[in-house]
Amino acid sequence: MKVVLPLKVNGDDYEVAVPPHWTLLEALRYELRLTGSKQGCDKGDCGACTVLVDGKPVLACLTLAVAARGKAITTIEGLAHRGKMDPVQDAFDESGALQCGFCQSGMMMSAKALLNERPDPTEEEMRLALSGNLCRCTGYTKIFDAVRRAAQLQAEARRVALGQDEG
Amino acid sequence: MSDQSVIGRRLRKVDGSAKATGKAVYTDDIILPGMLHAKILRSPHAHARILSIDTSEAEAMPGVRGVVLGHEMPKRYGIIPWTPDEQALAVDKVRYIGDGVAAVAAVDEDTANAAIRKIKVEYEVLEALMDPKVAAARKDLVIHDWNPRQVEKKGNISKHVDLAFGDVDGALASADVVVRNEYFFEGTTHAPIEPHCAVAQWEETPESDGTVKGKLTLWSATQVPHYLHRELAAVLELDQAQIRVIQPALGGAFGGKSEPFDLEFVVSKLAMKTGRPVKLLYTREEVFYSHRGRHPMLMDFSTGATRDGRLTGVKSRILIDGGAYTSFGLVTSYYAGQLLTGPYDFPTYAFDATRVYTNKPCCGPKRGHGSVQPRFAFEVQLDELAVKLGMDPIELRRKNFIGDDVTTVNGQKITSNGFLQCLDAVEAASEWKARRGKLGRGRGLGVAGSMYISGTAYPIYPNDMPQSGVMVRIDRSGVVAVHCGGSDIGQGLNSVLQYIAAEELGAPLEAVRVFAADTDLTPVDLGAYSSRGTFMMGNAAIEACRKLKAQIQSAVADKWGCGDKAVQLAGGYAVFAGDTAQRMPVQEAFQLAEAKFGSLASTGSYRTEKLGGDYRGGTIGASPAYSFTAHVADVSVDEETGVVTVHKIWVAHDCGKALAPVLVEGQMEGSAYMGAAEAVMEIQDFHDTGLHRRPSLLDYKMPTSMDVPDFEALIVESADPKGPYGAKEAGEGPLHPAIPAIANAIFDAVGVRLRKTPFTPAAVLAGLRAQA
Repeated sequence: MKVVLPLKVNGDDYEVAVPPHWTLLEALRYELRLTGSKQGCDKGDCGACTVLVDGKPVLACLTLAVAARGKAITTIEGLAHRGKMDPVQDAFDESGALQCGFCQSGMMMSAKALLNERPDPTEEEMRLALSGNLCRCTGYTKIFDAVRRAAQLQAEARRVALGQDEG
Repeated sequence: MSDQSVIGRRLRKVDGSAKATGKAVYTDDIILPGMLHAKILRSPHAHARILSIDTSEAEAMPGVRGVVLGHEMPKRYGIIPWTPDEQALAVDKVRYIGDGVAAVAAVDEDTANAAIRKIKVEYEVLEALMDPKVAAARKDLVIHDWNPRQVEKKGNISKHVDLAFGDVDGALASADVVVRNEYFFEGTTHAPIEPHCAVAQWEETPESDGTVKGKLTLWSATQVPHYLHRELAAVLELDQAQIRVIQPALGGAFGGKSEPFDLEFVVSKLAMKTGRPVKLLYTREEVFYSHRGRHPMLMDFSTGATRDGRLTGVKSRILIDGGAYTSFGLVTSYYAGQLLTGPYDFPTYAFDATRVYTNKPCCGPKRGHGSVQPRFAFEVQLDELAVKLGMDPIELRRKNFIGDDVTTVNGQKITSNGFLQCLDAVEAASEWKARRGKLGRGRGLGVAGSMYISGTAYPIYPNDMPQSGVMVRIDRSGVVAVHCGGSDIGQGLNSVLQYIAAEELGAPLEAVRVFAADTDLTPVDLGAYSSRGTFMMGNAAIEACRKLKAQIQSAVADKWGCGDKAVQLAGGYAVFAGDTAQRMPVQEAFQLAEAKFGSLASTGSYRTEKLGGDYRGGTIGASPAYSFTAHVADVSVDEETGVVTVHKIWVAHDCGKALAPVLVEGQMEGSAYMGAAEAVMEIQDFHDTGLHRRPSLLDYKMPTSMDVPDFEALIVESADPKGPYGAKEAGEGPLHPAIPAIANAIFDAVGVRLRKTPFTPAAVLAGLRAQA
């Protein structure tokens, strides 16, 4: 028997029918075809499936779909705004953090969650925030560059939004 | 190159925004209408005969649509055509825990998983040979007993190579100093974050003459679409023209996806049997068992030198644990010796390498194939030699520099060689002279160097066709479409194609589209292995673009009434060289050329000249160019816990010319990371039963953001005469020195000489206790 489940993903309201044992990752990938969140291990080790649930980074492969009922879910597809990349995405692209890219959807969601909490994180905070996301390509060097750059871009965007640049 | 140059600039990748936004389509993201899901039943025994297989209960399950067994595709294959010893699924015998036995396609994964558990296999369990020393000695129990040559002659020896260049024994006997020791390199695996995945679709369309041949399309997370294409045809007994192989975006490979795997045959056969699309995604555990990673090697090395530090001879004897099949093992066995003969001058050299079959997952090519292990042993041995001679280890390396435009003792032709600049760069950046020896006990610096191939001079199957082909088509819209069979596995090959086309044709980057790795649409490129991509594909792309460029110049010159060469293409314009104010948008120039010559398209090809030593095996390790690397590692050792902390690695790499510095740095940092991980953390090992000890990304300890050292990439450009714009490889060479540099830094820190990877706390503590 499937469960009919309301899910709020990237601001849109969906109703999906999923087997009760399905994870949020399965619901996102198989039912909503939001394939940006990746399955690297399916057991919570790699972090490639990281999404935001009510703003907090969560492993979608360890979260039952039914447990996400009524919560606001953001996936990598929901980071861009009106076709414009989020500063985190822009910085990852610009910094060369995207090699194979497979881990990066999850990595960017963890980075986004960090920068939402700590707009100007310390090195230690940054490393800790990304420690649940394994990357095999970059040695993390350009990922760290990207997060620092994203913090800068967000700060600039905030200044512009507040009109401080005009002063 | 002009200010308008694309080459050498820090640019975004052609697929960067697709990957940043989650839009890039990887194999597992492909969902086809009516698609079935397949699962493979795997052997629970390391070595056993299959007596019977009963699939009746599985087939009767609701939702099961097809079953396939090994006898339906019995043809033996192997990535190296001389050593076909694998079957798509086991027929008579299983040779490691995890060997595929049967597969099921069902309406969903849950059903497929339940169905494979209903398959009954009766085994006769055999003794499992886990130790290569034991396996090599056993003639009574042969893992590949289907092969008369193995049974009668070779036993469990997979490959033996014995090559000598000059009188090495004489040189060692007369050397002022000789260092001899045994080293061991533990197995490690690639662990790309994307598991292997394949999707197959079979379409049957009747021909006019009434025959039905059918066409197979396979999407696979492979780094060798062309070789996969050939092997699929052979094993499935189809014409190559019936098969289309497409490599979607690929989530990491590192050598772990560079040959056919059981899932590709299985989904193809099940699609043919059921008439429906079939997908199979490996579990993470299956990725560990499929392996093809770094071979464990036990290495006995001797190095002789004069009193003033000049090498006189190097000799090695290497035992290679191959696992259950050959994979690239023939090449591995040669590479274990052939790739060591630079950047230092070896007056004499000999190696004896033996690869042995064991009942473990098959080893194969991992980044730095075959040469990472002996490089570790030799660079540690050089450090030991430096201690014995009382020489600075960087000076010792400088002193034995082989130079550029030289031939090595084993007949490999070195063109450009920036190794000295690499040593200078790491020496300066690490403040070697100021800091070394003054850091206090517990902290140390270590150095190591290496050499690697920029592509292998010969294709895997002998033929006279190009190793890489590029086709470029120019549309009157201004779009430049570049088609190439090459595999972008994350290293950025598609971006390099984009940059080269933009450089040569003056098109804006956003007007250059890249179509890659689709055997129906792209000319053959042999794939992402042996660090061949930029070098070979780059040269082919330049050739294709320059043919078109000549046509465009000619057409514009007609209009301007000038010589062809006075027309330059850059930055979105055709520009008159004598007066840059005279220019036209490049789209207009393309249209003039189309008007003059007809539709615009061209091809370019790359093939290597004849290279290598004139002896059996002399072509293995022959490359059109070699890259060079030096590392300095800065390490702390906690003497209480034995924990090694790698603070930083300075990585200087001679890539000839950095066509795309961001990508080159990424390769250098990623390589150094992977090496450092093998040095201090990673182990792919097995229980005596053949069971993997740590087949998960939690238990197979790899560095997280908390563990990783800092890497500083120092690009050295030696401008290779044969490389595209002077470029050589950067993807594998920069891994090698990390491991010995760390070992040598540990010695510098606490005086403990580690000759066995990984450098665990237990190993460090044992070394410290031995000191006391």
